[in-house]
Amino acid sequence: MLDYVRSYLTSNLTPGSAGNMFWAFVYIVVIFLGLSVAVIAMNWLERKILAHMQVRLGPMRVGPHGLLQPIADAIKLLLKEDIMPAEADGFVFWMAPIFVVLAAFTVFIVVPFGPTHAVTDMNIGVLFMLGVSSLSALGIVMAGWASNSHYPLIGALRSSAQMVSYEIAMGMAVISAVMMTSLNQQGTGTLSMIGIVEAQQAQEVWFIFKFFPLGLVAFFVFAVAMVAETNRAPFDLPEAESELTAGFHTEYSGFRWSLFFLAEYSAMIAVSSIAVTLWLGGWLRPFPNLLTGAKWDLVFSLFPGITFLFLAGMCFYSTVRMPKHPLFRIQTIGLAGFGVVLGLIGLILFIPAVRERVQDIYWFSMKVAAFMYLYIWYRGTFPRYRFDQLMKVGWKILLPMGLGVLILTAGVGLWPLIQQTIWNR
Amino acid sequence: MHSALALIVTLLAQASIYLMLYAPFVAGVQIILYAGGIMVLFLFVIMLVSIERSQRERQFNKQWVVGMVAATALGGLFIAVYTKGRGIFPEHALPAVEAQNTQNVGTLLYGQYMFAFEIASLLLLVAIIGAVVMAKKRI
Repeated sequence: MLDYVRSYLTSNLTPGSAGNMFWAFVYIVVIFLGLSVAVIAMNWLERKILAHMQVRLGPMRVGPHGLLQPIADAIKLLLKEDIMPAEADGFVFWMAPIFVVLAAFTVFIVVPFGPTHAVTDMNIGVLFMLGVSSLSALGIVMAGWASNSHYPLIGALRSSAQMVSYEIAMGMAVISAVMMTSLNQQGTGTLSMIGIVEAQQAQEVWFIFKFFPLGLVAFFVFAVAMVAETNRAPFDLPEAESELTAGFHTEYSGFRWSLFFLAEYSAMIAVSSIAVTLWLGGWLRPFPNLLTGAKWDLVFSLFPGITFLFLAGMCFYSTVRMPKHPLFRIQTIGLAGFGVVLGLIGLILFIPAVRERVQDIYWFSMKVAAFMYLYIWYRGTFPRYRFDQLMKVGWKILLPMGLGVLILTAGVGLWPLIQQTIWNR
Repeated sequence: MHSALALIVTLLAQASIYLMLYAPFVAGVQIILYAGGIMVLFLFVIMLVSIERSQRERQFNKQWVVGMVAATALGGLFIAVYTKGRGIFPEHALPAVEAQNTQNVGTLLYGQYMFAFEIASLLLLVAIIGAVVMAKKRI
C-alpha cells in the first residue's frame, strides 16, 4: 500500500493518461471536496469584502468575524421548506439544477492544477471545457420553463440569450490564444490544457504578453465575456430582484436553489482557471526565466507555507483582539484552534517533499484566487448593465474585437513566413 | 419539451460514441454546437409556444406503436451485437490515434478539402443573409 502511494509520488503522468482508475477517483474526490470548501470560503469572503468596500462590517455574529456564517447559511438552506409551484413540471424542475451542477463540475476533469495534477489530459481540453460549460445554458432554460411561471420564463430567455451570445466572443479570444501555441514556434499547436501551459513554458512567455498588445486584448475580451458567461455583476441580470424580479431561479428555494448557487460559484472558478491556463501560465510560478537558479526556486517554493503561516498569524492577532468577556470564550478558543490548524498546515507545507509536490497547485490556485477577488471587486464597483446595453457590448464591441484580434494574431504569427516567401521570389 | 430534452441526451450519447471511435475533436464540436448551441435555440422556440394551447390541442402524432417497434428493434440489434458480435470486431484494440486527431482534421479541412469547406461556409453565409432579410422589415 505504502509502496503504491510512493510509486505514485514519483510518477510524472496524470491518472487519466496513466490509465489508473483508483488515482483518478481519488483526484475527483479531492477536487470535489476542494471546490466545495472553495465555494464556502468564497461565500464568506464575498460578503466580507463587499461589506468592507461599502464601509460595513459584514457578518459578525456567527463565529468570530462571521467565519461560521456560510455553514449556518448552508444548514438554513437545507432545512428550508422546499417549494415547488403547483403547475410546475416536476421532473424537469428537479433535473434543471442537477444539470447545471453537473455541467459546472464536469469541466474540472481537465483543469491542470499542475503538470501531473489533473484528472486527465484530453487532446481537446479547451474545447471540452467550453462545450460542457455551455451546457449550463440548457439547465437555465429548463429551470425557467419548468417553473411554469412568467418571470422565470422571461428570465431564462434573458440569461440564456446572454450566455449564448457571449460564448461567441469568448470562443474567438480562446482561439487566438490556442493559435499562439504554434505560431512563431516549431511544432504544432495544441488544444490540451496541459499542452498549452507547456507551450508557454517552452516559449518562455505568458500568452498575455505575447505579440504585446494582442495577447492582452484577447485576454480582456475573455475576461469580460467570462463575467457575462457566469451571470455575475455587472452582468447579473438573474440577480436583479429589485428591477427584474430576479431571473430563472425565482421559483426555486431551499436545496435546489443552493444547487444553483453552488453551480454559479464553481462555474466562476472553472472559467477563471481557463483564463489562468490560457493566458497567465497555469501552474508556472512568476518570473521563471528572470529569477532562475536553485536559490530562487527555493524562495518561491516557500510561498505556500508562508501564506498559511500568515493566515495563522492573522488568526492569532484576532484572537488577542477578541473581547475579554466570558460570553466570547468559546469563540476565542475556536479562533485560536483554527489558527493552530492553519499554522500546522503551513508547517507541513515546508517539508521539502511536500513543497515540491504542492508548489504548482499553489500558484495555480493563487492565480484563480486573484480572479475570484476581481469578481468581488467588479460586483462592488460597477453598476448593472441594462439588457440592450449588454447585448450591444457583446455583439458590437466584444465580438468585433475578438475577430480582429484573431486575424491580427494569425497575421503577426505568420509574418516571418510571409516575409520569407516574398524575399525568396 | 421532454422530447427536446431526450434529444439533448441523444446528442450527448452520440458525442460519446465519437469519443469511443477515437475522434475527440468531433465529439467536442458535437457537444459545443449541437447540444450547447442548436438545442438552446430549439428550447427557445418551445418556451415561446404557450404551453396551455399545446396541451389543449389534440396531439396528432400518436405513433407510439411504431415508436415502440423501432425502439425494440434497435435494442435487439444492440443486444445481438453485444452478445454475438465477437466475430465482427477486430481481436485487439486499435492503436489510439486520438493524440493527433484535431491536427489531422485541421490539415484535411484546410488542405485537401479546402474547396468543399469554403463552399459550405458560403452556403451558411447565404443562409444568414436570407434569415436577416426575412426577419428585418427595413434594412
